[in-house]
This record gives sequence, structure tokens and C-alpha cells, in this order.
Amino acid sequence: MNNLNIISPEIFISLSIMFLLILGVFKKNSSSLVHNFSIGLLLITGILILNNSSDSVVTLFENSYVIDNLSSLMKILTIIGGAFVLSISTKYLKISKIFLIEYPILILCSILGMLVMISSNDLMVFYIGLELQSLALYVLASFNRDQLKSSESGLKYFVLSALSSGLLLYGCSLIYGFSGSTNFNVIGNTMNSTHYGLTFGIVFILVGLAFKISAVPFHMWAPDVYEGSPTSVTLFFAIVPKVAALTVFIRFLYVPFLNMIDQWQPIIIFLSIASMIFGAIAAIGQNNLKRLVAYSSISHIGYALASLSVGTNEGIQASIVYISIYLVMNLGLFSCLLMMRRNNQYFETIDDLSGLSKNHPVLSLSLLVILFSLAGIPPLAGFFAKFYVFKSVIEQSMYFLAIVGLLSTVIAAFYYLKIIKVIYFDEEKEKYDTNHSISLRISLALSTLLILLYFIFPSKLVEIVSRINII
Amino acid sequence: MNFPILSSLILLPTIGALFLLFSKDKNSNTGKYVALFTSFVNFLISIYLWYLFDPSTSSFQFVENREWLKGFVNYKVGIDGISILFIILTTFITPLCIISVNNTIKIRLRDFLIAILVMESLMIGVFSSLDLVVFYLFFEAGLIPMFLIIGIWGGSRRVYSAFKFFLYTLLGSVLMLVAIISIYWIAGTTDIVQLYELGIDAKYQNLLWLAFFSSFAVKTPMWPVHTWLPDAHVEAPTAGSVLLAAILLKMAGYGFIRFSLGLFPLASELFTPLVYSLSLIAIIYASLVALMQEDMKRLIAYSSVAHMGFVTLGIFTITQQGIEGSIIQMISHGLVSAALFLCVGVVYDRMHSRLIKTYGGLVSVMPKYAILFMLFTLAALGLPGTSGFIGEFLVLMGAFKDNFLVAVIASFGVIFGAAYMLWLYRRVVFGKLINKDLLKIPDLDNSEKFILWSLAIPVLFFGFYPEPLFNTIEVSIKNLIEIYNFNLNMYTSGVQK
Repeated sequence: MNNLNIISPEIFISLSIMFLLILGVFKKNSSSLVHNFSIGLLLITGILILNNSSDSVVTLFENSYVIDNLSSLMKILTIIGGAFVLSISTKYLKISKIFLIEYPILILCSILGMLVMISSNDLMVFYIGLELQSLALYVLASFNRDQLKSSESGLKYFVLSALSSGLLLYGCSLIYGFSGSTNFNVIGNTMNSTHYGLTFGIVFILVGLAFKISAVPFHMWAPDVYEGSPTSVTLFFAIVPKVAALTVFIRFLYVPFLNMIDQWQPIIIFLSIASMIFGAIAAIGQNNLKRLVAYSSISHIGYALASLSVGTNEGIQASIVYISIYLVMNLGLFSCLLMMRRNNQYFETIDDLSGLSKNHPVLSLSLLVILFSLAGIPPLAGFFAKFYVFKSVIEQSMYFLAIVGLLSTVIAAFYYLKIIKVIYFDEEKEKYDTNHSISLRISLALSTLLILLYFIFPSKLVEIVSRINII
Repeated sequence: MNFPILSSLILLPTIGALFLLFSKDKNSNTGKYVALFTSFVNFLISIYLWYLFDPSTSSFQFVENREWLKGFVNYKVGIDGISILFIILTTFITPLCIISVNNTIKIRLRDFLIAILVMESLMIGVFSSLDLVVFYLFFEAGLIPMFLIIGIWGGSRRVYSAFKFFLYTLLGSVLMLVAIISIYWIAGTTDIVQLYELGIDAKYQNLLWLAFFSSFAVKTPMWPVHTWLPDAHVEAPTAGSVLLAAILLKMAGYGFIRFSLGLFPLASELFTPLVYSLSLIAIIYASLVALMQEDMKRLIAYSSVAHMGFVTLGIFTITQQGIEGSIIQMISHGLVSAALFLCVGVVYDRMHSRLIKTYGGLVSVMPKYAILFMLFTLAALGLPGTSGFIGEFLVLMGAFKDNFLVAVIASFGVIFGAAYMLWLYRRVVFGKLINKDLLKIPDLDNSEKFILWSLAIPVLFFGFYPEPLFNTIEVSIKNLIEIYNFNLNMYTSGVQK
């Protein structure tokens, strides 16, 4: 029983999903009840995770499930992201007429899947978690089923994702075949010869994972799915699954295969460079903000991968710092997007931002801060995220990666500037509605202030992250 | 630990800006008075700082050291004889900019004042930071307000110029970031004082120097990466041009002295010919281009390029006279180019044209303006008795000491400078008054007179009596050159072993 105590967050969230399902089915018009409940239950889960976190590493179920500092932190990030998504999307869902009980339940399901992924120390467990979160995400992508684009994006995501899952599973079977186990630690210990079969297995799994975090060249689904999905789901796509997938990346690369670093390092470097450059260049031509976010998230993932490729604890930590700050920045950006509403209609192209600064000075100032931060201009949080990444990259004398990365920030700066230009330099348009929900305002204010004032206490986040020692 | 006077200098304008941000009214004069008051108090503090400053020592003074990025970077600020002058220049120019917005800024006055105040904070931060990362932070952050100043309040091609300005300077700077992080891993610290003592491994110096150079060259701006400057200047509002010319350009010159010379003596020695040739090209080429300009602001912008050519030339002579001359040239250029942009702004506000051919014969309608414009024209071409002369003269002296040919070519720049400035003056102020609209325009009003005279006084004062400037910088520069030569000898003797 002692063991089950440790996974109480996962058990609690599963029970709450069932409870909410029953509640939703048997009580009429219970959407907002279920919605509010789900936020509360998520927060309780977060508290349970905090309660369970300790500096020691605990493993469960024949060493296939692991609770350590990495998993605790990433789970907290996932929960925070999920809770914010749920709380700021209410109004959007109501207006889009998709305010249904399934929405929060699906999000909880996919969060449960992510929690399992984050803690997994075994290929099987990891795959179960991955599929659970993906299945929920397919449905979420096509949640606005009356809209052609939304259904299309769900289907597209499903087909491509299933393909990548297949590749991933094939990689798992190869690794099992050549090492005799699916457990990360066992694979790491028994692997004494670098067999080609193992390398193939790693490559297949990396392809599958790269698909999940939309790294180039496995990014094709991202722009379409981001654009087609309801905005609140896009927000969820943009931040939460990345956290979980990055954790799996870290654990998969650094626990069993650390001594094969010369095999996988070039792959990660390639993924990183390709994502950074492609994300930056392809975003330039976009006019739809959600598509643009898709490309920008591709290039941000490139930076997170850059520091993952170096093979040190500092690299892992920098990558986690990066993804945390990325999460906050995107939360702010999407809060702004959800505020672009006029007469019960949402707007999502860059042109709709034209002259925003004249009618909505506060909103545009927040956007200014967020966009400059995404571009990585000091003294905003985005700069520090990049700074730590390049610090860890340059420590290993990987100058090429650092210079390519920084040059692509210059390219990326161009399209962020383009948005700022539209907001600040162009002619104004009609006013947007200003009756936003409290939670939306709070999330925007909170994320903007965090980004703006990060430089005053830049060590706080790093201190928390520095407890993570995988190697 | 005493009162953190430098941090308060850095913070005060930002606090003023915050105050403005939360004030209700958007276009009234209260905001202007708040901004003016803050920046003036800041000016007084910086003068007091100069009074407290001890010029007889070369070590950094008023040092504050706080933990910032844990175990890695400290927030460290402090000043020596070189930086204090730039700080005073900043705090002196900013209130004048704020006074000048009266006529020039018609829309969103409050936002403009906020941008200028934030800019002032960042510039003071650049000149006082003693850590590479802190320096980079301030250096880059300045892009944000400047981008907005050019983009929101600029002329017709403002968007193009703002983008060009931002991307050019960002491109230069990211390489510097790589270099800064590399220095951390090579030397184990980014603290400048410690780096001066430790020195940087000879085999890395060349690349690191080039990375820093790429950033500073864009900011200076040196030929061939100077093209953002004329565009940015022409489209920026008057106050923006003044800030850009007077202070922003000086960051690079300061950076060359503080970092390129101080940290990489070996590489500086190696690349001196490169800097010399680029400076000479800048001087001659920019002067020739300036001759052909029809837009007054563009002309002054090109003259800035030429003047900054003298500055880089002087710095890399690595002689006492050369560096002193460069610093005085920078201070003088800060005052004079600011004044010239304001002079252009004065007639632009009245006629809404920057083209030289719009004007002519202004002397008969605006006699007071003609006098002041004359004074600054002469200062720009380096007439003895103005601060411009001291700078150019010392730079050339340093250059003669180092390389005769370079000095001779640079001297031609002085002649060209006289040519384009006097020609500009003749075409605008003298000649026949052809354009009838000019008859209606009034002479300088009180605030314009105040601004221009407060710039004219130091130009003349330091022209006749540059002693206070020399006193302040002398020891610091001597020390800098000593460290430079010491390191150079150490490396060269080490190589021979």
C-alpha cells in the first residue's frame, strides 16, 4: 500500500475522470459544473504531487515507474499548464458553442497520460502513457466538429500520429530484441556492445518522439492542426504535450543510452538546427497567428533540443528552464489571442491586430513584452531561456550549433517584429470587446509580469531546476 | 557599503517612466514635467557623482556588487574616468530631448517620454556595468525603446528604418553573446575587473575579438555596415535622432575601449590595420557621400559616420593622445551632432521639409538661428576654440605617432568635413531667399533657444578649456595602455618561449 501512496496523484486523477463522467452523464446541463470541478481536481492533483515530491528517487512496479525531481517538476508544469488552459477557455468555448462536458474530461485524460509518460521508466509504460494522451488529443483537435477545419485537423493529426506511433513501437521492439528488456535501467546496464539493431531502435523511437514535439522534419502536422483546432485546444497543444514529450526525451536519451551519445547526438543536433532554422524562416510568411505560433513553437523546440544534445546535466537543466519559460510565454500569447473578440467572433490573423495599441494600450503592451521575450531580447525572460541553453552548448565547445541558433534568433526576430509593427505602427481598426473573464486577465497579467520581472530574480527557477540530476 | 549611487542613477528614470505609465492623462503637460524633473534630478546626481569622483586613481569607483545569476554572474557596476563622462553626456542630453518634444511629438507624448526615460536608464547601465553579461543585457535592451521610437514617431519610411536598425544591430550582437559565453568558459568569469587581471588565452583572442567587433562595428557604425544609420536617423523624430547620435553611437566606441583593447590586446594589435583601413574608408567615403546629400538629416548622419571613423582610428592608435582624442571626439560629437539634429528639427517643424533646396536665405528671417547653427557647423568641422577641434587634433596626433600615411589620409577627412558642412550652411542659411513660405516662419522660441544654448556653452567651454575632461580620463587611459602593453609583452614573450 505504501507504494500506491506515491502514485496517488495518478490514481486521484483517474478517479476524478470517472467521477466527472458520471456526473456529466447523469446531471443535465452540467457543463460548467464539470468544468469548474475539473480545475479544482487538477489543482488538488498538483498539491498531491507537491506533497509526494522529495529529493530521493523512488521506483515502483519492478522499476518501471519512477518518481524523482524531474518527474515532480514536469508534472507540476503539466498541471499548471492544464489548469490555466481550462480556466481561460471557458468563454471561448461558450461562444464557439462547444462548451461540453467532454472537453475538460478529455483534457484530464490526456494529462493523466502525460503524467504516466513523465514518470515512465520502461518502454511499455511510456507507450501506454503516450497513447492515452494522444487519443485524447485527437478528439480535442476535432472538438469543433461542425467546422470543416477542425475535423480535418483532428483526422490529419490522428493519421500522422498513428504512423509515428507505429514507428515508435517498432523501435521499442527492436530495442527489446537486442537488449532483452524494456526497462530503461536494465537496457542501460546490459548493453555492452553497440549493436546496429539498437541504433536503429533509437532512431525509430527518436522519430516518433520528434513527431510528438513537432521537430523538423516531422513537423508537417503542426501548422494545420494548430490552425484548425479550437484556439483553447491549440494553446493546450502548444505547451502541455511538449513538456511531457521533452521529459521522455530526457529520460530515454540519458538513462539507457547515455553511453551511446555519439550515436544519437548528431541526430538531436540535426533536429535542433533544422527546427530552429525552418521554424524561423517558415513563420515569416504566415498571416494566421495560430499558424505562426505553430512555426514559432517548432523553432523554440529546436532550442530546447539544442541543449539536450550536449549530454550534460547543465544541458538538461537548461532545456527544462527553456520549456518552463516557453510555457509562460505561450500562455501569455494565447491569453492575448483569446482577447481578440468582437461581437462574439474571434479574430486570429495578424492584420486583425492592426493599430491595437491605440485602443487597447495594456493589451498591446503585454503583447509587446511577450513578443520581444519570444524573440529573446534582454532583459525579458526569453533571453535568459536562450542564454542558459547557449551557455550549456558552448560549454561543450559546440560553437557551430550556438552560432546557427543565435543567427536563427535574428531571423525569428523579424516576424515577431512584424507583429509588433502591426500593433504599434499601423492604423487602428475597430475596438475589441473588453468584457473578458477574470481568469483570462489574471493569466495575461501573471505571465506578462513573470516575463518582465524575471531578470530581478533570475536564479529562482534555476535553483529549482538544478535539483534535477539525471546523469 | 555606501549609498548605491550608480544603481539609483540607473533606476531613477525607469521609476519616472513607471510613474508616467500609471498616470491617467495621456497628452497633458504634467507627464512632461514629471519626465523633465526625473531626468534633471538624474543629471544633478551625475554631476554630484563627477564631483565625488577621484580622478587620481585608475581603479573602478562606486562599485556595487550583488549576486544575480547564482554562482555565475554578479550584478556589478562601477565607473572609472572613461565611463563617467559618457554617463554625464547621457544625463545631460536626455533632459534636452525631453524639452525638445514640445514641438516635435504630436501623438502619444506620454509613450514617447516613457521610451526616452527607459532608454536613459539602459544607456547609463551600459556605461557603468562591469560585467560582460550585465553589459550585454543593457546593450541589447536598448533596441526595444529605440525600435519603438523610430517606428511610432518616425517619418514616412519609418517601418523600413526601424526594422533595418533592429535587425542589423541584433545580428551584430548575437555573435558577441557567443563570445561572452565563451569567455565565461575560457576564463571562468565574466567580471571585467578580474578579466583584466587574468587575461584571455592567446589562441582564443582573435575569434573573440572579431565577435565583439561585429557587434561594435554595427553600432559604431563602421563602413560597410553603416547603412542602417542614415535610414534610422532620417526617419527618427528629432529627439530620437539626438538620442541615437549623441548616446547610442557612443556605446560602441566605449565598448572598443573597454573590451576590445582591455580584454584582447593581442588581437587588437593584429587587427589594427583592419580597423585603420575601415576607419579611413569611413572618413573619406562618408564625407564624400555627405557632400552629395540633399536631405539635411541624411547629410548629418553621414557626417556622424565620418566622425566615428576618427573615433575608431584614435582608439586603435593605442596612444595616450589617440584614445584621449577619441573620447573627447565622442563627447564633442555627442553635443554637436545632437545640436545639429535639433537645428534641423527646428526648421523641419516650421517647414516640414528636410530637403536642403527648400531653404536658403534663412539668415534674414531667423538671425538667432543662423548664429547658433553657425557655431555648431564650425564645431562639427573642428574649428579651434570648439570641442570638435580638440578631439580631431588629438586623434590625428596619435595617428601621426603610429602611422604617418594613415594620419595624412585622415587629415583629408578634416578638409572634406569642412567642405560639406560649410556648403550645407551656405545653402541653408545664406543665399537668396527664394522660397516665399520661408518669410512667414518665426525665429527660435524660448525653449529652442534654451536647448541650443545649453549645448553651445559646453562646446565652447571645452573648446577653450578642456582641462576638466583631461583630468578625468587621463589616469584611466594611462592605466588602460599600461595593462595593454603589459599583457602584450606577456603574450609575446610567452610565445617566444
